[in-house]
Amino acid sequence: MSRDVEQGAPASLVRFRATGFNPKSNPVAAWASFVVVIALWQLGSSTGFISELAMPSPVAVAKALWQLIVSGDLWLHLGASLQRLVGGWIMGTVAGLVVGFLVGMFTWARSPGVALVSALFPIPKIALLPLFIIWFGIGEPSKFATIAFGVFFPTVINTFGGVDNVQRNLIRMGQSFDLPMTSVVRKIILPGALPTILSGFRISSSIAIILLIAAEMIGAQYGIGALILAAGNLYQTDQLIAGVVVLSLMGLCVSWLLGRLDRWLLGWR
Amino acid sequence: MRLHIKNVSHSYDQVEALRDIDFGIEPGEVVALIGPSGCGKSTLLSIIGGLLKPTGGEVLMCDQAKPEGCLNPLTYVFQDFALLPWRTVAGNISLVLEDHALSKSERDERIAEVLAQTNLSDFADAYPKQLSGGMKQRVGIARALSVRPAVLLMDEPLSALDAQTRILLLDEFSDMFARTGMTAVYVTHNLNEAVRLAHKVVALRRRPGTIKEIHSIDVPIKDRVEGMPELIAHEQALWALIRDEAIAADKELEHVA
Repeated sequence: MSRDVEQGAPASLVRFRATGFNPKSNPVAAWASFVVVIALWQLGSSTGFISELAMPSPVAVAKALWQLIVSGDLWLHLGASLQRLVGGWIMGTVAGLVVGFLVGMFTWARSPGVALVSALFPIPKIALLPLFIIWFGIGEPSKFATIAFGVFFPTVINTFGGVDNVQRNLIRMGQSFDLPMTSVVRKIILPGALPTILSGFRISSSIAIILLIAAEMIGAQYGIGALILAAGNLYQTDQLIAGVVVLSLMGLCVSWLLGRLDRWLLGWR
Repeated sequence: MRLHIKNVSHSYDQVEALRDIDFGIEPGEVVALIGPSGCGKSTLLSIIGGLLKPTGGEVLMCDQAKPEGCLNPLTYVFQDFALLPWRTVAGNISLVLEDHALSKSERDERIAEVLAQTNLSDFADAYPKQLSGGMKQRVGIARALSVRPAVLLMDEPLSALDAQTRILLLDEFSDMFARTGMTAVYVTHNLNEAVRLAHKVVALRRRPGTIKEIHSIDVPIKDRVEGMPELIAHEQALWALIRDEAIAADKELEHVA
């Protein structure tokens, strides 16, 4: 049959049509993009195309960063920021997990919980900082509260979403074997909800960094936010950009840590 | 253990799913539940297993005779396996033993025993995603056997599998029932599975599910083989029994679509 077809008319190749829509990551290209941007930035600064006052060169930023390191100022600012970030994030996360599990598992908590979270989640949390300052004073507690409040809502939403997404047949399976409720929660619901909870951690940690900087810009002596604000007020743009670089590195570190946590807890995937 | 399904009825809101189902399951008996789509077979199994509260009637365990070491008298085997993807094969079996008063060595012994029974000993450390559909269902069976149930409740255990695996597992089920004399309730829409495995086939009418006939098959399970004339006759008799119901149910679904 196929031979007849070949003999009857000139054969043409079937064109491959399933090309594209399959992006792959390339670590070399990722690093190269950094190098290219920094090189172009340095070139612009060296040729005078970019004003040093508006935007210092990468070399100037590196020098400012080095100065911050050797003077010990960086560790002072970074230490204060990390303390607030970790403390606020843990408080918001613990509260969010507890409320998220209650909303996800119990009828009595579901409707009030969803209604309150839906009403409060869209409020820009930084708008509440003045209120927290009135309640807790200008010191550390108001900063912790702002970060915790901002972290709380995405954690609640992702936790109860994760609990909702646990396959019901797995829960029924546990019940059919008469597993106690604590075992169903600990051995089925918690691990089943974990992928969604961990992706919530990525969102909440980004929110925590944003709120940290905002809170530090309003009233703090030490902290990366305070460093950036002070540098801006003094037109020390090299220090300002150095502070931004530290923030970027802090974000990368948080992302790396969460990636490790993800691989550790969700290795089975 | 003898079970009595006593005048069981069930409704989902306004939809009546089952009406006045009444029959008994004797120790060592395999009972198949068949019927057209939507007749309430799985609903009835959930009620028997205590996973659904009937709106009428009750399920009674008529005696307390249980196999030695029984940890869960009524044990389910699920159509979609219901395995925890974050636990290994051994871990999935261990899950249903961990909350009982068993020492670690007793638990490990039970796990090894059921893995051997289901030919899974080499896969104890594998995760569900690494297994074929047939092996996943074997894990489901091993998990159920590990609690030494009095009655095994099987909800279309072969329907999610490909045809070849289904044939192989059907032989294994047949061998298991013949060897152990286990009591089981087996939901299926496949008449071939019903006549291969069951002593008694309960045929249900379409919604609301009521018993149309209880059909007995007196060929010993160990003697049943694929294509056996007596089994074919039973299969044809069952098909004649539910054919009109199945066509009507199909038309009803078509109508809904």
